[in-house]
Amino acid sequence: MTPPTPTPILGLRLTPMPLVRGGWTRVIERTFVVYRKAWLVFLTGMLEPLFYLLSIGVGLAALVPAFTLSDGTPIGYTAFIAPAMLAASAMNGAIFDSTYGVFFRLKYQKLYDVMLATPLRPRDIAVGEIVWSLGRGTVYSAAFVLIMVAMDLTSSWWTWLALPAAMLIGFAFAGMAMALTTFMRSWQDFEFVQLAIMPMFLFSATFYPLATYPEGLRLVVQATPLYQGVALERALTTGTVGVEAVGHVAYLVVMGVVGLRIAAHRIDTLLLR
Amino acid sequence: MPDPTTAPLVRARALTKSYGDFQAVRGIDIDVAPGEAFGFLGPNGAGKSSTMRMVAAVSPVTSGELRILGLDPATDGPQIRAQIGVCPQEDTLDTELTVRENLVVYGRYFGMSRQRCRQRADELLEFVHLADKAGGKITALSGGMKRRLTIARSLVNEPRLLLLDEPTTGLDPQARHVVWDQLYRLKQTGVTIVLTTHYMDEAEQLCDRLVVMDQGAIAAEGSPRTLIEAYSTREVAEIRMGVGDNAVAADKAEGLAERMEVLPDRILLYADSGDAVLEAVHARGIRPQSTLVRRSTLEDVFLRLTGRSLGE
Repeated sequence: MTPPTPTPILGLRLTPMPLVRGGWTRVIERTFVVYRKAWLVFLTGMLEPLFYLLSIGVGLAALVPAFTLSDGTPIGYTAFIAPAMLAASAMNGAIFDSTYGVFFRLKYQKLYDVMLATPLRPRDIAVGEIVWSLGRGTVYSAAFVLIMVAMDLTSSWWTWLALPAAMLIGFAFAGMAMALTTFMRSWQDFEFVQLAIMPMFLFSATFYPLATYPEGLRLVVQATPLYQGVALERALTTGTVGVEAVGHVAYLVVMGVVGLRIAAHRIDTLLLR
Repeated sequence: MPDPTTAPLVRARALTKSYGDFQAVRGIDIDVAPGEAFGFLGPNGAGKSSTMRMVAAVSPVTSGELRILGLDPATDGPQIRAQIGVCPQEDTLDTELTVRENLVVYGRYFGMSRQRCRQRADELLEFVHLADKAGGKITALSGGMKRRLTIARSLVNEPRLLLLDEPTTGLDPQARHVVWDQLYRLKQTGVTIVLTTHYMDEAEQLCDRLVVMDQGAIAAEGSPRTLIEAYSTREVAEIRMGVGDNAVAADKAEGLAERMEVLPDRILLYADSGDAVLEAVHARGIRPQSTLVRRSTLEDVFLRLTGRSLGE
């Protein structure tokens, strides 16, 4: 037996503890400690969009002849869908982290209750979760962009902005998904998330140009957030950037910021009752 | 400026808490002095946990005044939480982290340096006898170990005030004694403890002073000893009759003791001498199946104050 430690178990501190600055970094730090032991899971996240690109882009593209973009630029099918895959994988990654992960930590693990018993605030939790999700997505997107460049699927210097654009898409979906998650009552409610993602993935001008749709339907598709992301990425990697890009960026920024604010507010009302 | 060594760490005046139409806390006054072990005793639903959440600055006050460490939780929540330790009723350990990581990461939430967190984690694991489990998983710990680790976690930031919500509920008797021992040692070091419990023995063992809570209000306040003296007799004679014989026996025993409580399974007779009462019971021709003479406890105080037993 070791003798009792001379250090007092309790410090009768009379000077106030300094406040935590950038509390959100402590939220990320915890996630980092968890993932340090699960780095394989981290890496496999990169494979999904790559598999899509290879199966559809390489396999299917062999059957689809090259065509021209609306401005007359000729393009191969793989080069056409690759930016859409980039946008879709940024969306998927962000949604996965901010729905299932957040719901588990909020309702079952009670992690946020524990964090709120410390100087951390709801805003720190929301920002920490979203920044982590964003950081992880950035690693995947960067790898994806590099592969696109290596496979010669890009035709413009604008391509280098495809990565920040993917981060923006991730931010927009992470913010909104986290906000929605705070309203979920049970795991069954996540079916609605799938119900929204799947058609968005298939119909947001991901696999064929927007011009395929009749006018009325076109407006519906254009209103979806994934379309905004796909259009932005495609403009960048194919070098067909126009003024509409500003609209896409604005749409995604507003979506992310609004989502983040709702999420922080909801964590506050749910847990600090 | 009040003297920091004697100013109350918790001060509440006419404090209330409502959830919608339901009023969980109905206007309570409390003062917890530095170094004191203060308890809330009451059954489930008495408003203890709601009060604790307000004191922990994680639940807004509905009305009344509350100051914790002299600060207002409505405006200084983070400053208050930085200086208190909280051991919640449910185990909320981080199952994705190891035993030691739970303490280190928690310390980081308080903005402590990595080195200080590691040092603190090792000290506290030693204190709660979990040093040999440091690298183990949370799921591999027993209920008592989890509770001890949660207590260790609440001490990471060297709190001035320690809040324990039902610290031994759900533990087996042996594990409870280990936890009590550790809390007793903490008390000896001078930490201020506020705890809730529905176990009278826990309240008697750990609390210098306590309030009996019932239906959101304070029914009585004092040290365990003064409460027993004020609201009960020195001894209690318990008699158990056969099924259905309680009422008849109670009629016969009328007037034998200072006070009588008829419970579903037994009759309690309050008197300074339990043996004398039992003799009188036999003299009146009452033939209980079994008898017991014991000292009054806080359970009796509670029964007297509310007409109900503490129960589970």
